[in-house]
Amino acid sequence: MRNFDYKLPTSLNELTDMLSHGGHTARLLAGGTDLVVAMRGGRMTPEVVIDTKHVEELNELSFNDHTMILGASVTCRKVCRNPQIVKHFPALIDCATLIGGTQIQNRATLGGNLCNAAPSADTIPALIVLKAQANICGPHGSRQVPVETFCTGPGQTILEGNEILVSFSIPLPREHEGAFFIRFIPRNDMDIAIANAAASIVIASSGETIIEGRVAIGAVAPTPLYVSDVEPVLSGRPIADDVIAQAADIARQSARPITDMRGTVDQRKHLTHVLVRRALNGAVNRARGND
Amino acid sequence: MNRQQVTATINGEHKEFLCEPRQSLLEVLRDELFLTGTKEGCNDGNCGSCNVILDGTLVNSCCIFGVEANGGHITTIEGLSKGNELHPLQQTFLEGTGMQCGFCTPGFLIAASALLDENSEPTEEEIRHWLVGNLCRCTGYDKIVKAVQDAALILRERAL
Repeated sequence: MRNFDYKLPTSLNELTDMLSHGGHTARLLAGGTDLVVAMRGGRMTPEVVIDTKHVEELNELSFNDHTMILGASVTCRKVCRNPQIVKHFPALIDCATLIGGTQIQNRATLGGNLCNAAPSADTIPALIVLKAQANICGPHGSRQVPVETFCTGPGQTILEGNEILVSFSIPLPREHEGAFFIRFIPRNDMDIAIANAAASIVIASSGETIIEGRVAIGAVAPTPLYVSDVEPVLSGRPIADDVIAQAADIARQSARPITDMRGTVDQRKHLTHVLVRRALNGAVNRARGND
Repeated sequence: MNRQQVTATINGEHKEFLCEPRQSLLEVLRDELFLTGTKEGCNDGNCGSCNVILDGTLVNSCCIFGVEANGGHITTIEGLSKGNELHPLQQTFLEGTGMQCGFCTPGFLIAASALLDENSEPTEEEIRHWLVGNLCRCTGYDKIVKAVQDAALILRERAL
């Protein structure tokens, strides 16, 4: 591995300063589960590596009346261990518990998963259906963007020069709201999704009608994909197998997968239909208070 | 590139060493501190052979830079036994043949000890799920899982 200059900022100002002066190859290091491997393989050769683990804003995990703030450097493990996340956002637990094994979850971060921008990233579909906003800080100030607009291609994001992802703002679920994430891999653990899907749903208090539904799918397009066409199909409709199948049809049509070593186009399209159906049914169950 | 000074507590001992930023914690442990019990397997975070406990959490030392461990508390396989007294996991791995070639064993022992630190009575499923990031090409895992269950029992009996 090529050598580099290791920086350890302790404030957001110091971090943005170091990034501005680090040259165009500077890279942020959170858990390192992607970066260290990429550097060892020669796919990334930064001259400056800036460790984000000691910057307070990137490690925040807090709740107010309406929103959770989840710092970009918070690990999957901390997410899984937080009782309020377990209670409010089981869909985040669904995905954070199946990224790598215990050792990876102890280091890997949700911010890193988003910035790495893999089409198969497991936390991104869940963040999308939970309406997570990415809080970005840069030399020209701060901005907030919906997570579904963050990835622009494999490994590519909307982050401009010297901008960083600081945290996510995720609205707390409404009454009778549920969300669910599911993926397909040929093994039980430690693999990359052939396809994945997340769904969130708000149902009427009667428990029979959908008020609002969101679906996102992964590993079937150059980026994790928010399937906005599903929303009008679900809104105001009864919770019924044919409605959910119709939403899954739309998701299947939206998928633009490739054939690679993990799966074929046909398999991925088929899986998208199955996984979206299961994710929607899982979300309905949680919205009804059954888990 | 300058070598940086790093201070850490390793197996209860205060250590200061110099390392290049590009050196992984695994390389530092093996090549700078000569703690060669920790093994290099895949060197990309898949096999668990390089497991150590850093500040109370189980990690792959191959995916961490040595400089990131500055100020940290690290337990390696060398720190598991108390002098000549084996850790119950080491004892049950030996007695139950939880290893054949032994290369993956330090990683399994460290990973299992991290599990037992936080869950004194893990189910078979919990043990298997916890150890998914540790690969063994010899045993077929059953004897490892049994050894962890046996060690958990010993530790629970000791705690009574």
